[in-house]
Amino acid sequence: MSLKEKLQSSYLAFEDHLQADSPLHDVRNEAMKCFEAKGFPSKKEEAWKYTSLNALLKKEYSIFPKNENAIEFKDVKEYFLNDIDTYKVVFIDGIYSSFLSQITHDVIDVCLMSSALNKSKYSSIIETYFNKAANSDSLTSLNTAFAKEGAYIRIAKHKEAQKPIEIINFATGTEAATMLQPRNLIIVEENAHVQIIERHQSLNKNEVLTNSVTEIFLEKRANVDYYKIQNDTQNASLIDSTFINQERESICSVHTFSFGGKMTRNNLNFKQLGERCDSILNGVTIIEDKQHVDHNTLVHHIAENCESHQDYKGVFDDSATGVFNGKVYVEKEAQKLDAFQKNNNILISDKATINAKPQLEIFADDVKCSHGCTIGQLDEDALFYLRSRGIATKEARALLMYAFANTVLESVKIPELKGRINKLIANKIGVNLGFDL
Amino acid sequence: MSKYTEDDLKKELETKEYEYGFYTDLESETFPVGLNEDIVRAISKKKEEPQWMTQWRLEAFKVWKSMQEPEWANVNYTKPDFQAIAYYSAPKAVDPNKTLDDVDPELIAMYKKLGISVDEQKKMNNVAMDIVVDSVSVATTFKKTLGEKGIIFMSISEAIKEHPELVRKYLGTVVPTKDNFYASLNSAVFSDGSFCYIPKGVRCPMELSTYFRINQAGTGQFERTLLIADQGSYVSYLEGCTAPSRDENQLHAAVVELIALDDAEIKYSTVQNWFPGTAEGKGGVYNFVTKRGLCEKNAKISWTQVETGSAVTWKYPSCILKGDNSIGEFYSIAVTNNYQQADTGTKMIHLGKNTRSTIISKGVSAGKSQNSYRGLVKIHASAENARNFSQCDSLLMGNACGAHTFPYIEVKNKTAQIEHEATTSKIGEDQIFYCNQRGIDTEKAIALVVNGFSKEVLNKLPMEFAVEAQKLLEISLEGSVG
Repeated sequence: MSLKEKLQSSYLAFEDHLQADSPLHDVRNEAMKCFEAKGFPSKKEEAWKYTSLNALLKKEYSIFPKNENAIEFKDVKEYFLNDIDTYKVVFIDGIYSSFLSQITHDVIDVCLMSSALNKSKYSSIIETYFNKAANSDSLTSLNTAFAKEGAYIRIAKHKEAQKPIEIINFATGTEAATMLQPRNLIIVEENAHVQIIERHQSLNKNEVLTNSVTEIFLEKRANVDYYKIQNDTQNASLIDSTFINQERESICSVHTFSFGGKMTRNNLNFKQLGERCDSILNGVTIIEDKQHVDHNTLVHHIAENCESHQDYKGVFDDSATGVFNGKVYVEKEAQKLDAFQKNNNILISDKATINAKPQLEIFADDVKCSHGCTIGQLDEDALFYLRSRGIATKEARALLMYAFANTVLESVKIPELKGRINKLIANKIGVNLGFDL
Repeated sequence: MSKYTEDDLKKELETKEYEYGFYTDLESETFPVGLNEDIVRAISKKKEEPQWMTQWRLEAFKVWKSMQEPEWANVNYTKPDFQAIAYYSAPKAVDPNKTLDDVDPELIAMYKKLGISVDEQKKMNNVAMDIVVDSVSVATTFKKTLGEKGIIFMSISEAIKEHPELVRKYLGTVVPTKDNFYASLNSAVFSDGSFCYIPKGVRCPMELSTYFRINQAGTGQFERTLLIADQGSYVSYLEGCTAPSRDENQLHAAVVELIALDDAEIKYSTVQNWFPGTAEGKGGVYNFVTKRGLCEKNAKISWTQVETGSAVTWKYPSCILKGDNSIGEFYSIAVTNNYQQADTGTKMIHLGKNTRSTIISKGVSAGKSQNSYRGLVKIHASAENARNFSQCDSLLMGNACGAHTFPYIEVKNKTAQIEHEATTSKIGEDQIFYCNQRGIDTEKAIALVVNGFSKEVLNKLPMEFAVEAQKLLEISLEGSVG
C-alpha cells in the first residue's frame, strides 16, 4: 500500500473520531480532496525541481502513534533554552506533554491546538483564522485534513509576551517510521509582541517524517520574532510550511537555522496585506554528509510602502545539497516598495551541490527591487592572513565561516539563543573558538 | 552615430506606425497549408536535397509529432495551428544563376525601404549579405571576396548540395533534432537559412550579415543557420529581422547553431524587429527561436541581441562551454511595449576547466507588456575554476506592465565563482527633471535614459547595428510616457 493510499484510509478512520457537528468537517474534506487530486509533489513540479521526496515516501510510516511515550526531562534538557525562563509547549510523538510544558492563559494564550479546535469558546477564532493563511498545496492540504494538535498562541491587543515561547516537537521513534503532522496557529493582535522558538527533534535512530504547518496572523503594528532551529538527527526529515499574513505596520522576522536533518524543506510564505509592513527572512544553512536543505520563500507584496529583506547564507560540505528558491512577487498596487533578496553560498567539497533560483516578479513600476546571489569559496588570502598570524587552518576556516554567517547571527534578538546557536555552529565545524559573537 | 540628430529622432517618432509595415507584391510560390510527411518530402524534393537530408528531416518530423508544445514560459498566447500554416513560400523570381543586377527591382526597393539595399550595403558598409526573403536566399554578395579567403558563405540549401560533408558533419550537433518542440519542427521543415564556414586561422575580413523578412501572409518562417569557425578563426555575424504588418500571427521558429572549434571566436549579433502587433495587441509575430553555440578549447562565443519586435518572444541563445578556457558571453536588450511578451535569456553550461561566462541582460517594459529574463548557469563537476557573472536589470514604465526574473543557478563544483545580481526600478524622476531643466522634453529624456540604461549592450554591437538598434529602442517605446 502506498503512503498516499494509507493516508486516505487513515483519514476515513480519523474523520469518524471527530465530533460530527464540527464546522471543520468541510474544511478537512475539502483539503483531503485537494491532496487526493494533487498527490505528493514530484520533481516535475517547478517548486520541487531540486528536491525529491521519492525515497522518503517509500517508507512504511505509522500515521497515528500508538501510545503515549514519557521522556525524562534530563534526557531532553539540552534541547531547551535553559538559561532563561520560557513558556514551553512540548509534544511527544504529536501528543501534548503536560509534564514538560509550561503553558498559560494569563493575558496571553499559550496553549494547544486541540483545545482551540474542540472547545466552543474558541470556535469563532477557529472560524476566522484556521486555514485562512495556508494555501492549497498538496502537503499543506494533507496537514489541514489531519490537523489535530500543535501550539495555539494568541497575544491580546497591546500586550507583550514577557518570556519567549518554545514550541518543541519530540519524536521518540518507538515505531520503525513515524509521520507527524503538527499544526500551529499564532495570532498576534494589534500592537502585541512575541518571540517564538520552534524546534523539531528526533530522539533515536528511527525514521521520522514531519509535515508541519504554521499559520501566523499579525494585526496592526504587531511584532513577531520567530526562530526555527533545525538541528535534527540524520534520520529525520522535515517539511515545514509557514504562512504569515501581515496587516499594516506590522513587522515579522523569521530566522531559520538549518544544521541537521536528512531532508529539510522550508516553505516560507509572507503576504503583506496592509501598508508599511516589514518582512525579514534570514537563514543560515550549514550542512554536510548527504543532507539536503531546500529554502523556498515567497514574499507577496500587495500593499504600498512596504519592505522585505531576505538574507540566506549557506555552507555546504561533503555531498550535501542546498536549494534556494526565493520569490518576490509585487502586485500592481504595491508601489513605493523596497524589496531586497540576498543569497550567498560557499561550497566546501567537490561533491556538494547548490541550486539557486532567486526570482522577481514585478507588476508595479515605482519600486526598488533587487537580488544578489553568489556562490564561491572561502577567501584564500584571508585564510593565509589568519594562518600567518598563527591560527591553525581549521580555526581559521571556522572564523571565516562565522564571519560569513554573522549578518544573520547578529539579527538574533535573544542573547541566550544566540549563544546557543554559536555553540551549535562551533560543534558543527568541530572547533572551540571560545568567544562570543 | 553623430549623424543621428534630434530632428531625425523627431521624424522617427512621428511615424508612430510600424514603419516596415508594407507588403511587397512579389509573385510567390506557396505550398498548400498543413503539415504531413508528404509536405516534408516535398520541401526536401523542392530543394533537391540528397537522400540523407530527406531522411534527417523525416526523423525530426517523427520526433516532433510525439512532442508537446512547451508551456513553462511566462507568456500567454493562442497556440498556433500548425496545420494552418504554409510551410514553404519562395519568391518566384529566384534564379540561382542571376547576378546582383538581375535581382527583382521590387526586392531591391523593399530593401531600400528597410535601409539595407544590397548595393548600398556593398558599397558603403563593406558588409556581405545573404538575404533571405520568405526563406529563400535571393542574393549573396561578396561571395568572391570571401571565396579568396576560403570562407564559405551561402544559403544552407546550396551548402547541402555543394558541401554536404561539412553540413552532414555539423548539422544538428549543437541543437539535436529532438532538442525541443520548435527545434524539431524547424529540423523537419526548414526551407532555407545561412551556412558559413571559416577555415583554420582565417580572420573574416568583414561582417557577415543576413536579413530575414517574412513577407507572404500565413507562412511560417523556419530558417536554419549553421556557422562553423574552424581552429583559430574569427567571424562576426549579424542577423536582422523585420516583418510587414499583418493581422494574423505569423510563426517564426528558427534554429541557429554555432560551432567554435579550438581557439576560434564567433560574435553573433541580432537585431530583431519582427512586427510586434498593433497597439491593441492584435497580430504580431510569434518568435520561437533556438540558438546555441558550442565552444571547444580556448574558443569564445559572444551573443548580442536587441529584441524590440515580436508579439511573443521565446528565445534563449546559449553557450556550451565544452573546451577548457572557453568563454561565453550574452548581452541582451529586450524592449516590450503595448501587449508584447518576451521570455528571453540564456543558458551557460560550463563543462570545461577555467571556463568563463558573462551575462548582461537589460529589460525595458512599457504599456501592458510582460518582460521576463530566464537564465541558467550550470557548473558541472568537471568545470574547475569556472567563473560566471550575471547581471539582469529591468526598467519599468507605467504600472500596467511587468518585469520578471527567473535565474537558475546550479553548481556542482566547489571552485566555481558565481555572482548574480538583478535590479528592478523605474526611470528616476530626478533624471527626467534634470533633462527637462535643460530643455529636453520628457519623451526625449526617456529615450536618453533608456539608451544610457542599455549602453553596456549597445556598445557590444557593430557600429552600423548600434545606430539602428538605438533608433529601434526609441521607436518601440514611443507613446509609452504617461
